[in-house]
Amino acid sequence: MTQPAIRLSKISKRFSSGPAIIENLSADIAPGEFVSIIGPSGCGKSTLLMLVAGLTPLTSGAIEVEAQSPQKARKTLSFIFQDATLLPWRTVRANVALGLELAGVPKPEREAIVTRQLALVGLEHVAGHYPRQLSGGMKMRTSIARSLATSPRILLLDEPFAALDEITRDRLNEELLRLRSEHDWTILFVTHSVAEAVFLSDRILVLAPHPGRLAHDIRIDLPATRSAETRLTPTFDTTVAEVSRTLRHVEAGS
Amino acid sequence: MKKLVVNFFTAAAIFAALLLMWVAAIHSLHLQAFMLPTPAAVAKAAWDRMPDLLTSLGITAAEAAAGLGASIIAGVLVSVLFAQSRWIRRMFYPYTVLLQTVPIVAVAPLILMWIGSGLFPVALIAFIICLAPIIANTTQGLISVDRNLVDLFVMNNASRTQTMLRLRLPHAMPALFTGIRISSGIAVIGAITGELFASSVRVGVGGIGYAIQYANSQLETDYLFALVAAATVLGFTFFFSVTFVEWIFLHKWHESARTPDED
Repeated sequence: MTQPAIRLSKISKRFSSGPAIIENLSADIAPGEFVSIIGPSGCGKSTLLMLVAGLTPLTSGAIEVEAQSPQKARKTLSFIFQDATLLPWRTVRANVALGLELAGVPKPEREAIVTRQLALVGLEHVAGHYPRQLSGGMKMRTSIARSLATSPRILLLDEPFAALDEITRDRLNEELLRLRSEHDWTILFVTHSVAEAVFLSDRILVLAPHPGRLAHDIRIDLPATRSAETRLTPTFDTTVAEVSRTLRHVEAGS
Repeated sequence: MKKLVVNFFTAAAIFAALLLMWVAAIHSLHLQAFMLPTPAAVAKAAWDRMPDLLTSLGITAAEAAAGLGASIIAGVLVSVLFAQSRWIRRMFYPYTVLLQTVPIVAVAPLILMWIGSGLFPVALIAFIICLAPIIANTTQGLISVDRNLVDLFVMNNASRTQTMLRLRLPHAMPALFTGIRISSGIAVIGAITGELFASSVRVGVGGIGYAIQYANSQLETDYLFALVAAATVLGFTFFFSVTFVEWIFLHKWHESARTPDED
C-alpha cells in the first residue's frame, strides 16, 4: 500500500483537565480520497480537523500528514472554515490573494493565479467587491478560491456549507466535485448532512460521541463521476438511508 | 437630501429659539452687559477683535492638533505592545487608567512649572488626556480578532509581523477611530486647560484659555462669550474632521461608517 496522505494513530485529545473529546482514534486516509466525517454533536468532528491542521496539540497518539507532522505539512494543507472568514477590509480579489501574499509570491504571478482562481469559482464579476456586498454563497466561493490559490494537496473543510440554503449548498457541492476532478486533492470534510456526505465522499467515517471514537467506516459505492442526477438514482437514496440508520444507531448507543 | 434640508431647518429653528430666550432673559431680568451681553454685542465683539480671536484660535488649534497627533502615534505603538501578551497588559494597563483618572487641572501647573510655558507644554497636556481613550480602544480592537481568522493566518505560516500588519491593525481601525473621536473633543479641552496656566504670547493675546482668563479679568464679558463660542466651534471642527477621515477610511467595508440611509 502507498503512503497514506493522512495517518491518525491512536489519537486522543482532551482540553486541560476536561473529559476526553477524542479517544484512541485510528484511521488512514489514502491520497486522493474524499472522506467525510459525520457524527452526533460532541463527537469531536471539528476538533479532529483542528488536530490534523495542527491548530491544537494532541494529548496522545500521532498524526502524520504526508509522513510529516501537521505543523510541518502546513504548506500542503488548506483549511476551509464554517464561515467564510474573509477579511472585510479587502476586496474579493485581495482576499483570494492573501495566502499567496503571506507566502511572498511576487505580485505579477500572484495576480495571474488569483485571476485564474476567480474564474474557476465564477467570481470574476465581483472581484472588486467587498465581502459585505456578497451573498453567503459568494462569500464561501471566495473562501474556497483563497484556499485553492496556494495549491494545497489536502483540503480540510469544517461544515463549509452549513450556513447556506439548500440550493446554494447543492450547487457548491457539485462545484467542489468538479474542481476536485481537475486536481487530485485528498479531502477531509466534516458535515452534519448525511445526503451531502454520501453525494461527495468515497468514504464516510461515522464517529460516536463521549468520547469521540470511530464507530463505522463506510465505503460509498456510487460512480466516481457524479452530477446533480446522481442524487436522483435509487442507489443514492438507499445509501443515504443506510448511512442515516447507522448514524441513528450510533446516536442511540451513546 | 430632503431629509438633510429638513434637519438643517429644524436645527436653525432651535438655534433661533435659544437666541430669543437669551435676549428675553436679559430684558426680563434686567441683566447688565458684564453679566450677560446680548447676542448682538457678542457678535460685535467677535467682529471687532477678529484678528485677536483668530490668533487665539490658531494657537489653541495647533496645540490641540499636536497633542492629538502625538497621542495617536504613541497610543497605537503602546497598543501594539499591549497586544503582544496578556502579561504586558496586566503589568502596564493600570497606568493607562491612571492617565485617565489623574485630574489634569491639578497636574497642568506642575507640567508648566517643570518645562516652562509656550506651545509645547500645553500640547503635552492635551497629549496626556488624549492618550488613554486611544490606547483602551485600539488595544481592544487588536486583541478581539476572530479566532478563525487568527487560525487562518497560522495555517498560512504568517509571521507575527504579518499577522499584526495584515490582520490585527486593519481589524482595529474602527476601534482606533472610536478612540480618536473621543480624544478629538478632549484634545481642545486639554489645550484650553493648559493655557489657563500658560503665559501669553504678548499682553492680552494667547491661546483661547489664556484669552478667556484675560477677558474675564477685564470684565470683557462679550468677548469672553465670543471666545467660548470659538472654542466650541473648534471642538466641533476636530470631531467632524475625525469623523470625515474615518468615513474615508472605513465606509467601503465597515458597517459603522455608513450612513443609516444607505441600505
